[in-house]
Amino acid sequence: MIEFGETLRKLIRIYLEKPELAGVALLVLLTLLFQLRSNGVFLSAGNLRGILGLLPEAGLVTIGVAILMICGEFDLSVGSTFALMPVSIALMTNSGVPFMLAMLLGLGIAAVVGFVNGFLTLTFNIPSFITTLGMLFIVRSLTVVLTGGFPPLLSSELPVGVFTQFVGPGGVLRASFLWFAGIALIAWAVLSGSNLGNWIQATGGFFDAAAALGVPVWRVKMTCFVICSTLAGFAGTIQVFRLGSPLPSIGDGLELQAVAAAVIGGTALTGGIGTVLGAIVGALLIRFIDNGLVLSQVDANWFKFAVGGLTILAVVANSWLRQTARRIN
Amino acid sequence: MITPLISVRNLHKWYSGVHALKGINLDVRPREVCGLVGDNGAGKSTLIKILAGVHRPDQGQIRIDGQLVDISSPKSAMRLGIETIYQDNSMVPTMSICRNLFVGREPLLFSIGGLGLIDHRRMREEAIQAVANVDLHLRSADALLSELSGGQRQGVAIARAMHFKSRVLILDEPTNHLSVKETTKVLTFVRMLPEQGVTGLLISHNLQHVFQSCDRVVVMARGEIVLDKAIEETSIDEISESL
Ligand SMILES: Nc1ncnc2c1ncn2[C@@H]1O[C@H](COP(=O)(O)OP(=O)(O)O)[C@@H](O)[C@H]1O
Ligand SMILES: [Mg+2]
Repeated sequence: MIEFGETLRKLIRIYLEKPELAGVALLVLLTLLFQLRSNGVFLSAGNLRGILGLLPEAGLVTIGVAILMICGEFDLSVGSTFALMPVSIALMTNSGVPFMLAMLLGLGIAAVVGFVNGFLTLTFNIPSFITTLGMLFIVRSLTVVLTGGFPPLLSSELPVGVFTQFVGPGGVLRASFLWFAGIALIAWAVLSGSNLGNWIQATGGFFDAAAALGVPVWRVKMTCFVICSTLAGFAGTIQVFRLGSPLPSIGDGLELQAVAAAVIGGTALTGGIGTVLGAIVGALLIRFIDNGLVLSQVDANWFKFAVGGLTILAVVANSWLRQTARRIN
Repeated sequence: MITPLISVRNLHKWYSGVHALKGINLDVRPREVCGLVGDNGAGKSTLIKILAGVHRPDQGQIRIDGQLVDISSPKSAMRLGIETIYQDNSMVPTMSICRNLFVGREPLLFSIGGLGLIDHRRMREEAIQAVANVDLHLRSADALLSELSGGQRQGVAIARAMHFKSRVLILDEPTNHLSVKETTKVLTFVRMLPEQGVTGLLISHNLQHVFQSCDRVVVMARGEIVLDKAIEETSIDEISESL
């Protein structure tokens, strides 16, 4: 009994220091399950190509949302920014702006959305939940108005291959995956290895203490708002390049899926806790469930049920584990 | 007469209508431990938050070593050697001991415009050293703050202040929520500050604690200083009456 208590304590401690581990374990479990249920199709090259082709888009949004949540704020407008940036790029290139310049301007537009989110939230001291809920509608509306309701054409001359072409052995990966991997690596280095990352965790973990220790909390939060929006816009752009059509409606509902993915990956709603790896695992889990259910010939309408259940489970498990950790200490 | 380490003159602070400090004059001599007492709302925390750079005064001067200073941010207070341990917001509970010790002052491998990668090895070594220096025994520098007891947390806060070689250590009710044993440990530590060349400013509502560990006692009431005496020249009774 004592031994069991000791093991439990050790496990909980590991979990507290690495909140993404539960997600990793679940990922392994689901992989095995789907692999069996689909008679080996799940891990086949063709199927992996599909999953890994979609992952960068959801993954980048989740990384941004998770970083923002870690610093103690929310962004519900990511789904709208996801559409605004590619639509702006399509409109700009159609009116003769060179591709590279249009990309930079598009990133700038996404960054401005984040800046406005942060500026309003911090200046008027209102919950970012509200500010960004407003921006969700404003940015979506702007996107639809800009296009006049019809998706603009995406010129086939554009060098979108740097994001969409298949690369690597057997063409399992798209180039977008390399962009995603590179950005994820940088995000990981920043969050867990840099002083800025330390400030982000401190700001979300306990705002007053961080401020009293001289952390530039205002600038830290602004930076996270801008990172989050910019990643969302970039992710939407990759998706549009893959699909070939800048629909003004893309990314609808993505904000909540990204929050769910971040939470499933161990990010705390209350801020201060979370990792980049966790965000990726969360996004991957959702992709796995989406794909695995189809392969296992389960009615696809169970997808949202599974994501919802997992989200609640993750939060319940987190709060239970933290309470238990406090009790046994 | 020796130059006071901290000298505050005619300090005023308003919080949208509340006149929290009404012309404070206070001198703290080098290597003394000064006790600051007073009822809730007397303005003690406001005064030390101004010294720590968290709030700005609306009027008045602060001198350090006789030099007029502008403590515009927590960073500038730290640069002047003023470290503060707050009532309950010194530490980030969701972070490790190691990261907590260095928040805002991380040792970097390189930096570009103030941002850079943390030297984790150095941070860990210094964390272990800093914690050991204040005679605190912790399992690991990677444990989260939320796993520690109140006393251990104050221990880490003290370790941080000492590690960064503070000249002035301000402690705002550091023994709140601590067990008797932990309280004794913190008070003993405060008593030893002068030996380490550190000047102390201890806020407490427990007069026993102040008489145990301070050289001087300053009483505040409704934003003013109403009594300021050496410990030998006063008594718990006199202080109680002035409150
Ligand atoms: N951030 C603040 N905003 C508004 N009023 C405050 C703030 N901090 C303190 N006060 C007010 O200033 C007065 C002094 O408070 P404080 O310095 O915390 O006293 P003490 O620490 O002696 O209990 C009180 O009336 C308190 O309500
Ligand atoms: Mg107080």
